Amino acid sequence: MMPILLIPLLPLLGFLIVGIFWPFFKGKGHLIALPLVTISWAIATMEFFKSFTAPPSLTLVYDWIRSGNLDVGISLQYDHLAAIMLFMVTTVAMLVHLYTIGYMHGDSGYDRFFAYISLFTFSMIMLVLSDNLVEMFIFWEAVGLCSYLLIVHWYERRPSWLAANKAFIMNRVGDFGFLLGIFLIYDTFGSVRFAEIFPAMASHLHETVNISAAFGGNWHVPVLDVIALLLFLGAVGKSAQIPLHPWLPDAMEGPTPISALIHAATMVTAGVFMIARMNPLYNAAPFALHVVAWTGAITAIVAATIALTQPDIKKIVAYSTMSQLGYMVMVCGLGGYGAGIFHLLTHGAFKALLFLGAGSVIHSLSGEQDVFRMGGLRKYIGLTFATMLIGSLALSGIPPFAGYYSKDLILVTAYQQGPLGQMLWLIGVLTAALTAFYTFRLLFLVFGGKERFHSEAHGHAVHPHESPLTMTIPLIVLAIGAIFAGWAGEHYGILNYLAQELPLPQVHEGAGGLSENALKGISVAVGFLGIIGAWVLYGKESAVPGALAKNLSFFYRISLHKWYFDELYDAVFVRPSFIIGRLFWQELDKGVIDGIVNGVGSFFRGSGVVMRKLQSGQIQNYAMVMGIGAFGLLAFYLVFNRL
Amino acid sequence: MVPLSWYVALSAMMFVTGLVGVLIRRNIVVVLLCIEIMLNAVNINFVAFSDYLHLIDGQIFVFFVITVAAAEVAIGLGIIISLFRLKESVNMDDYNLLKL
Repeated sequence: MMPILLIPLLPLLGFLIVGIFWPFFKGKGHLIALPLVTISWAIATMEFFKSFTAPPSLTLVYDWIRSGNLDVGISLQYDHLAAIMLFMVTTVAMLVHLYTIGYMHGDSGYDRFFAYISLFTFSMIMLVLSDNLVEMFIFWEAVGLCSYLLIVHWYERRPSWLAANKAFIMNRVGDFGFLLGIFLIYDTFGSVRFAEIFPAMASHLHETVNISAAFGGNWHVPVLDVIALLLFLGAVGKSAQIPLHPWLPDAMEGPTPISALIHAATMVTAGVFMIARMNPLYNAAPFALHVVAWTGAITAIVAATIALTQPDIKKIVAYSTMSQLGYMVMVCGLGGYGAGIFHLLTHGAFKALLFLGAGSVIHSLSGEQDVFRMGGLRKYIGLTFATMLIGSLALSGIPPFAGYYSKDLILVTAYQQGPLGQMLWLIGVLTAALTAFYTFRLLFLVFGGKERFHSEAHGHAVHPHESPLTMTIPLIVLAIGAIFAGWAGEHYGILNYLAQELPLPQVHEGAGGLSENALKGISVAVGFLGIIGAWVLYGKESAVPGALAKNLSFFYRISLHKWYFDELYDAVFVRPSFIIGRLFWQELDKGVIDGIVNGVGSFFRGSGVVMRKLQSGQIQNYAMVMGIGAFGLLAFYLVFNRL
Repeated sequence: MVPLSWYVALSAMMFVTGLVGVLIRRNIVVVLLCIEIMLNAVNINFVAFSDYLHLIDGQIFVFFVITVAAAEVAIGLGIIISLFRLKESVNMDDYNLLKL
């Protein structure tokens, strides 16, 4: 029991020490934060290996709310799903802590940064260990808060806080749905604990809820579908699925370690994790599952098309993250929760690797992020190149790297789910080709070809340099993960391990068509096809990409402008909000509210000006008034004989 | 025998003289004198009614009034002197300290 409690507690301790006493650390915050996270990782690893034989455990840490039949505790539910997630989360968190020492060296907010990533690690661990929806929601919000705080790390820069606000507000939209989903669950099941909700699922299968009751309507829909969709809205926000995705690429304004830890490996996968955790609910809500699957598939392909043309190295990787999250969500929507979690884990390794590698590239060029101002870096930063090559191969799904196993599992699972699955499989295969293409486009532009960074606008010569050991060690460790994680997962039977919580999807009999090996062959083939395409277009200097962009300018513009989502939201939500805000500000607030307040003020001020005349300060005036008053009263008495 | 109404009329005339003096004169010393005139008008009234009603109380009261008037004049003159030192004027219009 105790060791599991220590896993979240140690990063929390690190946050408290570094966060409260940060002025005393003066750039030494890692001395506290890193060892604590490392111990936490060691415990998580030990517990993970023990979990193969040990039964799942449930520890109540704190009995938080007990009111009527509402029973919310802060508990640690340690089962196979949590164990393997914790292993991944703490590993990446530890490596990112280490990487940060080199990457953020000399930054004015160095210790603050360590405090926040420790807080994030704590929140993410608690999110994974939650045993009820309220606890999950709290830490769901906490990781969102940490994401905000870390995106806005360089708060003097306007793009940083704009991106941070965008991330926070977009997540708020999703969290609204999540919260409503929790309310509806409590209303339906009378409990928010997983252990009580899941067994009761069958008895609510045919229950309906009138969703237009507020408008006097009478529109009954299955309650489980509504709950599942509302919770999924939260996942859409957190995991950057269409339509709540634009915050994720913008979040790349934050420091690169954050992009790797929060916006690639852990936090954005919380949505997928939540769907997997709630799988009995989703399995009982067929309509919601269709929505989930389609959302994931559309996100996967749209993000992949956007990544084709982006010039910013981190945005390319960000869109590939979005696309891979789309895969995970899609396969969850087809019932393959285990495959989704498997891809989540391998993706955590190779995407963190790609981000940290991108950070190393940016670091070596002193902050340059435009891939068209890089090139030929292979000579200078060989280690970064080697590790990023491994990460790219893993992302492209080339055997024997990690992405091959998990992505193929997703595609095979999809294909076996009947006609819908095969349609989504086709989208997935197309996305896989695009993924391989844009990944290697990035690789060729950054590491191959001519050196284009000399002609940059800064005016001074640039000398690319390999990053310090603290940054390269995480790259090497993650590269090992990117090579072996997939093989290990398949070899040790991750699906059977996870089957304790995540039931295996049923193979749709009679789907016919291609065998499993043929499917694997196809996805590897499209991966190679994408790489060859990238080599042809970007392997050496050629005029083909420019000519393609000109001839297909319609598609090129759509891709470059990210399908105009930002412009659409700007026109539909942002501008009207500003107009309404301005209306309330100028007319209601300044006109009516200020009018009343200022009116009261100026009334008394005006009457004061008039009344002030009476107060001449001349005693004789006062005496005169007194005398007239006395005579007046006397005269009144004498005339009317009464007072 | 002088009738009571004459005393009362004399008292009323003196009182009004004093009151008007207080209200219209600008010299603070004259104003103080006018207050004395008003007090003495009241004294005449007291004495007249004391005689008329054969009650000694009115005359005792007059002694009190004279005593208080003496004290009041002493304090009043003291105030006037320090006001004069402050403002170098005996004109009441210059004493506008109550006004901001």
